[in-house]
Amino acid sequence: MRRTVALCVVLLLGCTALVACDSSTDSRTVTLVTHDSFAVSKAELRAFEQAHNVRVKILKSGDAGSTLNQVILTKGKPLGDAMFGVDNTFLARAVNSDVFEPYVPHDLGTVPARFRLDPTNELTPIDYADVCLNYDRASLAAKGVSPPTSLDDLVQPEYKGMLVIENPASSSPGLAFVLATIAKYGDGWRDYWTKLRANGLKVDDGWEQAYYTDFAGGGQGGTFPLVVSYASSPPAGVTKGTPAVAPTGAALDTCFRQVEFAGVLRGAKHPGLARELVDWMLSEPFQAGVADQMYVYPLRDGVKVPPSWALYAPVPGHPFILTPTQIARSRNTWINEWTDTVLR
Amino acid sequence: MSAAEPPNGPVGPTPGARSRRFPWVLVALVPLAFLAVFFVYPVGSIMGRGLWSHGRLSLGAIGDVVDDSGLRRVAWFTVWQAAASTLLTVAIGLPGACLFARYDFRGARFLHAAIIVPFVLPTVVVGSAFLALLGPGGPLGFLGVENTVWAILLAHVFFNYAVVVRTVGGLWSHLDPRREEAARMLGASRARVFVHVTLPALRPAIAASAAIVFLFTFTSFGVILVLGGPHFATLETEIYRQTALLLDLRTAAALSIVQLVAVVVLLGIGGLARGRHTVSLGLRPATDTAQRPHGPRAWAFVAGNLAVIAGLLGLPLAVLVERSFATPAGPSFGFYRALGDVGTGSTFLVAPAEAIRNSLTYAVAATAIALLIGGIAAVVIVDRERRGGHFARALDGLLALPLGVSAVTVGFGFLIALDSRPLDLRTSWWLVPIAHTLVATPFVIRTMTPVMRSIDPRLREAAAVLGARPQRVWREVDLRIGARAVAVAAGFAFAISLGEFGATAFIVRPERPTLPVVIYRLLSRPGATSFGAAMAASVILMVLTATAVLVIERFHVPGTGER
Repeated sequence: MRRTVALCVVLLLGCTALVACDSSTDSRTVTLVTHDSFAVSKAELRAFEQAHNVRVKILKSGDAGSTLNQVILTKGKPLGDAMFGVDNTFLARAVNSDVFEPYVPHDLGTVPARFRLDPTNELTPIDYADVCLNYDRASLAAKGVSPPTSLDDLVQPEYKGMLVIENPASSSPGLAFVLATIAKYGDGWRDYWTKLRANGLKVDDGWEQAYYTDFAGGGQGGTFPLVVSYASSPPAGVTKGTPAVAPTGAALDTCFRQVEFAGVLRGAKHPGLARELVDWMLSEPFQAGVADQMYVYPLRDGVKVPPSWALYAPVPGHPFILTPTQIARSRNTWINEWTDTVLR
Repeated sequence: MSAAEPPNGPVGPTPGARSRRFPWVLVALVPLAFLAVFFVYPVGSIMGRGLWSHGRLSLGAIGDVVDDSGLRRVAWFTVWQAAASTLLTVAIGLPGACLFARYDFRGARFLHAAIIVPFVLPTVVVGSAFLALLGPGGPLGFLGVENTVWAILLAHVFFNYAVVVRTVGGLWSHLDPRREEAARMLGASRARVFVHVTLPALRPAIAASAAIVFLFTFTSFGVILVLGGPHFATLETEIYRQTALLLDLRTAAALSIVQLVAVVVLLGIGGLARGRHTVSLGLRPATDTAQRPHGPRAWAFVAGNLAVIAGLLGLPLAVLVERSFATPAGPSFGFYRALGDVGTGSTFLVAPAEAIRNSLTYAVAATAIALLIGGIAAVVIVDRERRGGHFARALDGLLALPLGVSAVTVGFGFLIALDSRPLDLRTSWWLVPIAHTLVATPFVIRTMTPVMRSIDPRLREAAAVLGARPQRVWREVDLRIGARAVAVAAGFAFAISLGEFGATAFIVRPERPTLPVVIYRLLSRPGATSFGAAMAASVILMVLTATAVLVIERFHVPGTGER
């Protein structure tokens, strides 16, 4: 009997806890659908909530590609009101799927014209990042070679067996690096990869594994001096003081530019608030936080990045670029061809 | 069958009991309805979306997949690596099951709970530990198994060891050792006793755990990608690629059907291997069967098993613990302190205390639902089996299906199926424990049924003859003997939920990051502190899991002689 009572009490408590947890969406809740890497400071989020007397619910559903595909699958019955995190490699797929409402935020003019990649105005550019070859200074010095400066360098014998990259089929920096080679070599890109493969190359599934397990600059005993990462990765390696250079560096002539967009979802319950969210992401305070929060560069003119970034993460002057239409047209073919060239 | 077997085979209820029997078939509707709503309907919807074109079903995609030699290779690799992983896990796990069932030694109970820890760790964390050991610079680098199929098989054993040890051990600990002693006394060798007495009795549990290990490794995802390197692909990784990355639902649906057919066929073969007969064994309380090791042979057996556990499970875990303390300034709690700071300021992460709370809340909910659904199913299955129906086997197989279907298929299926009232659960808190339940229920069933079906029906009959009402017979006989199985099942369900199994990677989750989610997010950022904090969070997850399972398994019904 005592056991039965105890069991009932436990179950009852459990149920109460669960019901309490199931936050219902009332009318003053606006929902932002986004990918796992989205971050904003709590103070900034609270400021928005107070200014608009609304609660912001942030729904995260996997990486950028998977999140967009979920948005496309739920067309007509969207999971939320606005979405953040479509990048330029997915831009054309997003626009062609007809899941966003056109909206021109008040501050769009503060974004340099070259980043306004969507003529339909369904997606608003918010931030950008550059995927570049990163190198570990100490291990290159130990081998007596200088850091590579171009994609051509990588196929040279002195860098034999030094490079670890991510699989473009599963990793967004991995894909960006392949796109860089396509932008640079055009139709000859597969020949380049044949040479790169012959020069010794390790392919990992994702960035975490490549950077931490294999890259010598990841600090976890890796042995590869070269890795595909971001232009903004080196500042994180500076643990104390302000040395002249960070322990790792990025080769600025090997970069591919990723731009991230946000938009109002078609069929949103609160389209007005969704527009406010997009406006907010272009606002000065939000933009000032993206570097610290998401390791990306702000797009709004005149917004400063943290001092360590100015020192250790300079912006590449001439990154490689492909138009969203080019990428959308050939993306799957390129990934398959890359797989055939490098992995088979 | 050896002569030592007691009379077995389907045993009908006594005629008097029939009229008062509970309508179990109606109760079976509960797990069936759960499966229909949260599995068949979503998976059917997403596959239908892929295969339905121009108003009719087009199955051409399946032909395309079958004709593709690359995909045929993928399918073949999927099957054989799963079969090899299963054999290896059973081979290494059986001695472990015996260890915990037959020997009582200092720390046994703790170790029995601790071996489940690998089962809950995120693949990417385990992957990094394995690579640290097996990679070019690692202490075991000389083995040269990095990015080979051996790394995949080793990791599969690492993850699934506990499944075999705990499922088989659960039954083994109740087997009456006097049967073996009798056979020894009559002159049979140790090997002969094992093969002819012990093994047949354990067969249902071995088959049940092997089926689960097979399903898990058949749908293995992270291990293949992280440890196998890019040269290996399974049906699961292909379905993920087609669905989440390429949004080619047609190919994904065709692959899912191939996967499903393979799972059903292989589970069917496994079911046949398990045998038709329900063996009722004279089950004993676990405390009666376990004893202190006597003699050098017994000690060598114990030591050998402990060495396996230390090498296979302990070493990778030790790497994680070591890394969680290895700050740039030397060994310290620096990463744990850093972890404490992550919740402040940003929405990206939550404080560890909150993540632990979220994990525990989900786990309590998932365990409760899984015990309810799985418990009902187990009772029905055992009951129907006694009457010799096919229904039991079908129900058992049906409820195991979610393990054999791609997580991304289930996750994306939720999105398009559960989108209107009263089932608009797409963004609900409940979707997470429901997804966990789908994975946990087969464990609950498979941990409980071998023990329950082995209960000697004469015990029940005796109780009935002595005047006990059916509910009381059930409570005093079935529940008491099955209590340990329930505890083991609850431990599994809890651990599955704590470990955030695959199914939840593809469902939309509200802002309640769990511990594994915090680990993944920390790992996605550069810097030694992020990495170290991720390791610290992993260690916390390890400790939390071991503690939770230890506590759950201490719950027992008095008077059953449970440990």
